[in-house]
Amino acid sequence: MTLLDFVRYQQRLTGTKIGCREGDCGACTVLVGTLNTKGILEYQSITSCISPLGNAHGKHIVTVEGTNLNDKLTTAQEAMKSNYATQCGFCTPGFVVALTGFALSNSENNYSTALDAISGNICRCTGYKSIEKAAHQVVEKLENKNTNSINWLIENEFIPQYFETIPQRLKAIEIKDLNQPKGKYISGGTDLYVQQADNLTNNSVHLIAEKDYLKGITIENDICTIGTNTTVSDLWNHSELNNYFPNLKKHLKLVSSEQIRNMASLGGNFVNASPIGDMTIFFLALNSDITITDKDEKERTIALKNFYQDYKTYDLKDGELLKNISFKLPNKSTFFNFEKVCKRTHLDIASVNSAIHILVENEMISEAHIAIGGVAAIPKYLHETSKFLTGKSLTSETILEANDILQNEIAPISDVRGTSDYKRLLARQLFFAHFTEVFPKQFTLKDFIQHA
Amino acid sequence: MHKNKSHNTLNSELDAVSKALKKSIKNLDSYTHVRGESLYVDDVNIRQGTFHAVVFDSPKAHGKIKHIDYSKAEALEGVERILTYKDIPGENEIGGIIADEPLFAEYDVHFWGMPIALIVAESEFIARKARGLIDIDIEELPVITTAKEAKAKGSFINAPRSFSLGNTEKAFADCDYIFEGETFSNGQEHLYIEAQGAYAEPLENGNIKITSSTQGPTAVQATTARVLGLAMHKIEIDVTRLGGGFGGKEDQATPWAVMAALATYHLNQSVKLVLNRHDDLRMTGKRHPYESSYKIGLSKDLKILAYEAEFLQNSGAAADLSPAIAERTLFHATNSYFVPNVTTKVLSCKTNLPPNTAFRGFGGPQGMFVIESAIAKAASEIGVSSKAIQEANLLDENDTFSYGQIAKLVEAKNSWNSAKSLFNSEGLEREIETFNQNNSNFKKGIAFMPICFGISFTNTPMNHARALVHIYLDGSVGVSTAAVEMGQGVNTKMMQIAAQVFSIPIEKIKIETTNTTRVANTSPSAASSTADLNGKATLMACNSLLERLKKVASEDLNVSENEISLQDEFVYINAKKSELSWTELISKTMLKRVALTENAHYATPEIHFDKTKEKGHPFAYHVYGTAITTVTVDCTRGTYEFDSVKIVHDYGKSMSEGIDLGQVEGALIQGIGWMTLEEIAYNDDGKLLSNALSTYKVPDLFSVPKVVETIPLETKGHDLAILKSKAVGEPPLMYGIGAYFALQNAIKAFNPNYNMKFHAPMTAEKVLMGLYEDSK
Repeated sequence: MTLLDFVRYQQRLTGTKIGCREGDCGACTVLVGTLNTKGILEYQSITSCISPLGNAHGKHIVTVEGTNLNDKLTTAQEAMKSNYATQCGFCTPGFVVALTGFALSNSENNYSTALDAISGNICRCTGYKSIEKAAHQVVEKLENKNTNSINWLIENEFIPQYFETIPQRLKAIEIKDLNQPKGKYISGGTDLYVQQADNLTNNSVHLIAEKDYLKGITIENDICTIGTNTTVSDLWNHSELNNYFPNLKKHLKLVSSEQIRNMASLGGNFVNASPIGDMTIFFLALNSDITITDKDEKERTIALKNFYQDYKTYDLKDGELLKNISFKLPNKSTFFNFEKVCKRTHLDIASVNSAIHILVENEMISEAHIAIGGVAAIPKYLHETSKFLTGKSLTSETILEANDILQNEIAPISDVRGTSDYKRLLARQLFFAHFTEVFPKQFTLKDFIQHA
Repeated sequence: MHKNKSHNTLNSELDAVSKALKKSIKNLDSYTHVRGESLYVDDVNIRQGTFHAVVFDSPKAHGKIKHIDYSKAEALEGVERILTYKDIPGENEIGGIIADEPLFAEYDVHFWGMPIALIVAESEFIARKARGLIDIDIEELPVITTAKEAKAKGSFINAPRSFSLGNTEKAFADCDYIFEGETFSNGQEHLYIEAQGAYAEPLENGNIKITSSTQGPTAVQATTARVLGLAMHKIEIDVTRLGGGFGGKEDQATPWAVMAALATYHLNQSVKLVLNRHDDLRMTGKRHPYESSYKIGLSKDLKILAYEAEFLQNSGAAADLSPAIAERTLFHATNSYFVPNVTTKVLSCKTNLPPNTAFRGFGGPQGMFVIESAIAKAASEIGVSSKAIQEANLLDENDTFSYGQIAKLVEAKNSWNSAKSLFNSEGLEREIETFNQNNSNFKKGIAFMPICFGISFTNTPMNHARALVHIYLDGSVGVSTAAVEMGQGVNTKMMQIAAQVFSIPIEKIKIETTNTTRVANTSPSAASSTADLNGKATLMACNSLLERLKKVASEDLNVSENEISLQDEFVYINAKKSELSWTELISKTMLKRVALTENAHYATPEIHFDKTKEKGHPFAYHVYGTAITTVTVDCTRGTYEFDSVKIVHDYGKSMSEGIDLGQVEGALIQGIGWMTLEEIAYNDDGKLLSNALSTYKVPDLFSVPKVVETIPLETKGHDLAILKSKAVGEPPLMYGIGAYFALQNAIKAFNPNYNMKFHAPMTAEKVLMGLYEDSK
């Protein structure tokens, strides 16, 4: 059962709405409060429609009703009301909950992060300008938020009084690692509940989101190891990784919405094996290795680029799980870039996405790894193009020549994400974009396109 | 004299009160909306034992049903009943304009997603599981998915319609420039966030109550009665509100309500049928795709002398509202321009898509896109800007529309010139030119989009409404109308009218649900006319009650009636407050046995249209405005961002400024979505490919213009608009068309070889292909 069905039909809390059941509209947004390892309560927004109910075990789930004050509006609700940010009202609770989640979060308080918080919410009535104003108002009201934030938020009418009792109440819940029946492994559920919700409801599942041995980001000797239960938001929030990848947030912002990033695990993205999986492309370009464990905790490690065999098939046996992924961190001479183009820039699936990791010393490319999605049956590591670039001087001629090789390595098909011609052109353009992004002083579009 | 003066003072004070309300009034539902307490169909507290239903639909777009085996589905535990056309006691017919659409397919199927049966079970989950167990064998027949193909095969819904003014054939002979071309505008999914749904409950004596998410309660009632073979009075429809409609629930909310009622009829039990998103996307029609061709002729000084257009409307597999939508395409074929010689023709082409239906603009946007394309084509060929042609042909007072109506209170030039000066459009154009000279990775484009949209149902007999107003004996007020609240704020406007007439606080007024037992035989909430029609009826009812109250007050206070007014919950005599309060006045009125209830009927005056001549005066008035859109295209990636849309809009005298601004912004973004990223795709077999929110993208927070600025045009308003506040629901959608042409101009700035395309939507794919067309 999904969290959404439980909330609406068992608890009769009908403020949480059903829009799409695919995590694509945000009408079912709820907050999940978790006690972290330091005993501090942290809240994240999720789309309850694709979250298995079991993942709520030991958590504080906040629906819009749970944010209501007795006889007046909360600050987020008032901001939505006074700015005319609600018309038909159906998407509204999702926005209110997401904005409340923003107030509860540790995000930097500014307009841009407030918009990120509602990036997974679709409104078909307002055209968003009034909602932007509401977000502005929330940011203003949060200006003086201090560190003891729960009490401050209660005093300033963002949340009701009972929130102060939640840490104690959560501590009182005995967290059990339930002895689960055999069934499909599910972490965040963001792919599986889109693809086969009914099937999962009909059968037993094996929830792994809380498995500690699949969690964590560690950095040792220039090697970064990331547990496969790590969510995209965990990467986003990791300050060291942000130092190594200065554009990390810019890149991850292209990956789904905040609600989904809060749920989606890296491992899930890898085994979904979509030819267009954003995180897969990202880590392919980092030339990552994955460690696989089986029931007897026997481990093996293979390169991610060798993991995929054909469309949706990969090197994973029954009972095996992806444990972690590791890669060499970039240094001063290496550059990383991620590109993604889709019909809609945010919260959409790419037509083509691509990542590059390139090491340049004395104008020479000493190492290059390029991955590209949406142009083959698998998320594609460009062996030939990468090999070609290695050892070449970094010039526009090299890049143009490399594009010819790239074009031979890909085989896009026409589908709802674009014609094959378009994807070919886009692959070329994104390949060029890597270089104009990474070496803006050296290359502009003109270096690759005559008439630009 | 003295009396008059005091009345004037009083009136201006009253005006001041209503003016404050105009500025401050919030959507009256917003309190419960933000708290998650507003109720929609799926939120209704259902009766014990309620069944849940799921529709079994055709897995092929066209064919003969050879065999269906329901046995496995029926055997599934928890399945109560599977209903088919055989279980229909009345007519298996739901077509509104033309009787050509069965509720359930009988022997053949005409579109992918056509309902065949209703599975009723203990839960939706079980019903859906049962659906997977039904075996169907269909002998496939050839599938038509495009209007052109339908035309070639002679497949039409009805006879074509044609409007004409002057003589185009003669006029083309005098033109210095003549251009011809073809255009395409794709459909558009409504994507109301609340999917279609209904909840039917059995009442005594075989009566049925349906809670429906419909814009047209009477259509649901009449169709249910027809299908069940019952009198209309046995069916009650109740609508609290819709989680979005946009036209998608004008006609197409009906089948689901009828199906739920049919199940209730057979099982004598409550039945809920709420479509899941995939079912809704697959089974319901959308905005009509149009394939059109045009011929435009201009003089040397850029006057459009003649315009011909043929519109091929992809109507889908049944008429639905297509004939009316086709008609409106003709009404708006020349947009905001005066063209002395016009010949337009529309063909409603029958295809194997789900019956396409009403969508905000109702055929008007499709018509306007063609003439804007013709102008853009002419401009690019002549070597002038589109703006120059647009400006040279804007409507003037007393110009004649191609359908014979004389344009009055025209604001076309006023809005155009205001937009130019208020937004310094020439400065903007220079900025863009400079930007484009200095940047090679990014290019900007700009476009002007004037609009002129007629207000009224073009089917004159539909322009009526009723309001039922009760003043309860404690002085609180209940207002019932035919208006359906779907986010447009019509309930708030009704409340304002009552509050203004009675001069009582809005808290004293309740807007009731829309219910066919209180207000009967209604037109749907559509055509932007809901506030006008229902507001006028409410105003009439309130005014009648006011007169009665004044009479009681005058008798009680012993002054003449025309010295009496009501203000801030007190009776005023010659603008002086008396001791008599609103509640006391109501008590006294009750004691005098004077009716505190009024039912008023309003029918729009002046309008008429003769379909045999295709001439008349179909619109109460027109709404005008001009938008200036600027866009920046990323020439590496083909992606784009709209920098700004700046609008001068003719609200008349807006009665609810915040609400009306919300309509402008919401419609604009929907229009931009239609023109840019919303792409409906069917394959050749008629299967919907854009069948989920992961494949059909509507604008999100980040894809809307960075700046949307809307300035109200100073106009007098119109007497046929409620409180001179003009209809606002649909017209601003067509500002979105500017987005298409701004993109064309930006692409041209990057790629001089680019041939302008008139094939909407302008997706990132088409932009990138355009940027690199004919060039390596």
